[in-house]
Amino acid sequence: MDLRYSPEQEAFASEVRAFTRAQLDPAVAKKGLEGARLNREDYLGWHRSLHKRGWAGVGWPASFGGTGWDSTHQHIFDEVTADEGAPILIPFGLRMVAPVIMNFGNAEQQHYYLPKILSGEHWWCQGYSEPGSGSDLASLKMKAERFTDASGKHYIVNGQKTWTTLGQHADWIFCLVRTSSEGRQQEGISFLLIDMKTPGITVRPIIMLDQEHEVNEVWFDNVKVPVANLVGQENKGWTYAKFLLSHERNGIAGVGRCKRIVKRLRHVAKHSMSNGKPLIEDARFRDKIAQAEIDLRALELTLLRVLEAEREKHAPGPEASLLKIKGSEIQQNLTELTMMAAGPAALPYVREGDDGAPDAPWLSDEAYRYASGHYFNFRKTTIYGGSNEIQRNIVTQLVLGL
Amino acid sequence: MNFSLSDEQSALKDTLIKFIDRDYTFDDRWKIIRSTTGWSTTHWSQLAEIGVTALPIAEADGGLGGNGVDTLVVMEQLGRGLVVEPYLGCCLLPVALLTHGASDIERAGMLERIAGGDLLAAFAHTDAGQRYERVSTGTKASFANGGFTLTGRKVVVLGGDCADHLLVSAQVGEDAGASLFLVDANATGVTRLAYPMQDAQRGADIEFNNAAATLIGTQGGAQPAIDHALDVACAALCAEAIGAMTELHKLTVEYLKTRKQFGRPIGMNQALQHRAVDMLMHVEMSRSMAIDAAMAVSETNAAARAKTISAAKVLVGQACRFVGQNAVQLHGGIGVTHELNVSHYFKRLTMIAATLGDTDWHLARHSDSLLAA
Repeated sequence: MDLRYSPEQEAFASEVRAFTRAQLDPAVAKKGLEGARLNREDYLGWHRSLHKRGWAGVGWPASFGGTGWDSTHQHIFDEVTADEGAPILIPFGLRMVAPVIMNFGNAEQQHYYLPKILSGEHWWCQGYSEPGSGSDLASLKMKAERFTDASGKHYIVNGQKTWTTLGQHADWIFCLVRTSSEGRQQEGISFLLIDMKTPGITVRPIIMLDQEHEVNEVWFDNVKVPVANLVGQENKGWTYAKFLLSHERNGIAGVGRCKRIVKRLRHVAKHSMSNGKPLIEDARFRDKIAQAEIDLRALELTLLRVLEAEREKHAPGPEASLLKIKGSEIQQNLTELTMMAAGPAALPYVREGDDGAPDAPWLSDEAYRYASGHYFNFRKTTIYGGSNEIQRNIVTQLVLGL
Repeated sequence: MNFSLSDEQSALKDTLIKFIDRDYTFDDRWKIIRSTTGWSTTHWSQLAEIGVTALPIAEADGGLGGNGVDTLVVMEQLGRGLVVEPYLGCCLLPVALLTHGASDIERAGMLERIAGGDLLAAFAHTDAGQRYERVSTGTKASFANGGFTLTGRKVVVLGGDCADHLLVSAQVGEDAGASLFLVDANATGVTRLAYPMQDAQRGADIEFNNAAATLIGTQGGAQPAIDHALDVACAALCAEAIGAMTELHKLTVEYLKTRKQFGRPIGMNQALQHRAVDMLMHVEMSRSMAIDAAMAVSETNAAARAKTISAAKVLVGQACRFVGQNAVQLHGGIGVTHELNVSHYFKRLTMIAATLGDTDWHLARHSDSLLAA
């Protein structure tokens, strides 16, 4: 056993850091470090830089144009780029639909979609949840019915998806649709790729509690989708969905992101004054930061252990649920502590670009400015990607056998 | 022992329940918080007609002479309705300050106009660079040409966006104790940056640059009145919190009964049932402590009052967090949307916990009192 990075891994970390410093737009890095909202171009600019370097396919096998990195290299990459303020790589294409297409798509689909995901030409979003189907995803109702006309074989899709993250930017959406109402619910679901420009699709914003537009409802009204866009076999979509969800949970631990928030937390705690002294000198508060750092270290090492075990099994197991639970709880704790550190400065609501902001010193310090907004925003982390209650059910059944 | 409300208090409660249910629905509130000023003078007048603005004011000063329990009754309903009108900032706080910190002559007229809902005053206390300190150290008063002037910057002044008059804590020269000043909010040398809070309440940062000020009460002798007023406000926040968390718990239990997943209400899951029970325990413990705090506002021993009210703010702050977070969690995705009232209750509860001393601050205050005993 050795928990240190090897000289080769250290050299890799330096290389990633040098690349990030050279290629990441400083304005985007600043936003990232402060936790400001990123726009489509902020994400894509970084994505394209990575693609040029051959680093966009972080977790992809080399055979599909990926980096072929092992889990430790992937972790180093996440950690270093997050530390430098880089945007996350939007996971819907790279980490979610791509592995499904690699594993279950046909050669034609692999040739068409994967390079466009890798280059950032296609921005993907996820069409899973429906208003009546959240935790109980398999009860989904959005219907896809086959029909044939002069232009070929199609599905006609009708229904609604919800909680579609950044769907307002997306070119494509991967959807779970109902192609059969016979047998078990899970056996009538198919996995369909849909071009967002197809007539009949309407995207409506959902404003979240931090008053930001991050998720959407997507409505499908007689949307015509070529049968060629079906991934794998009809009515076997649930298998692919489960495969995807286990990948989603892995990325959700967010260790790199947590480390960045710890930095911000310490910044706020150093600059917040309490009784004439920096708050960080108050042991009552400092202990909470120390505890959070301890929790984070445990999460990081557990993540690395799980990744190593996965490399041997070649698929994430139910342990991914543990990472999702702990990772989301730690992220929430860190954003909560940052809000607490800000003290009364956490109360005002100031939108980006508000004229009044520079007049109030704490509002012009972005770390304070977003403190409560982040806390509110991060409540989603224990709900999305399968709520933590559902994750505990998964562990109960699949790990403990209860 | 008697935990019952008096007939008058029950009648007041019923009137306020009707007011909230009829005139302050979630839709009404939407319109109010989206308006230019972010609050409603119409609803403020209605509250004044009900008598809530006169309630905390002594009869001798033209008010109704209400006590801490009367305030609890009012604040609980304002919490249930998520009322954004500045009752705490522009009534309870200035009334407590003037009642205990001003001479008869100084408060004559002012309190009567606050009672009628016609005058809005706010307490500008926390200095820029301060956190929850009870003693102002950053705002200085100096005397020249027969009058005082103030210089300093106050932050997150509750109701500071709309107040006509500002009561300002400041230090005169090298005085050992704080003094209280009255400043016209629109006077030369006063600059306001008004903003909405995360929870749609409103406040302001206010800068004083040699602003003309009138001394209120005794020079250097205002600290006891300031401490008392802030304790009154903390007790009121506890009462507001129980109104909000009781309603939020109710909404959550209803959701557990109606939202179906896997072919049955999600409330059939034991993990969620137990969470709802834990929330209820927080609500009930909070109610007890809010009552304790309400009684303590008339406690004459300042140390005993402080200890009881900080204890309440600690326990209620913890409950704000637990009930708020879990109400959102049990609602799932819909709980984190802006369109549903759940997130609005959550945000108000979060901000209550962070207002006028967070849980850690009050725990420290309570804890430190153990050393003195």
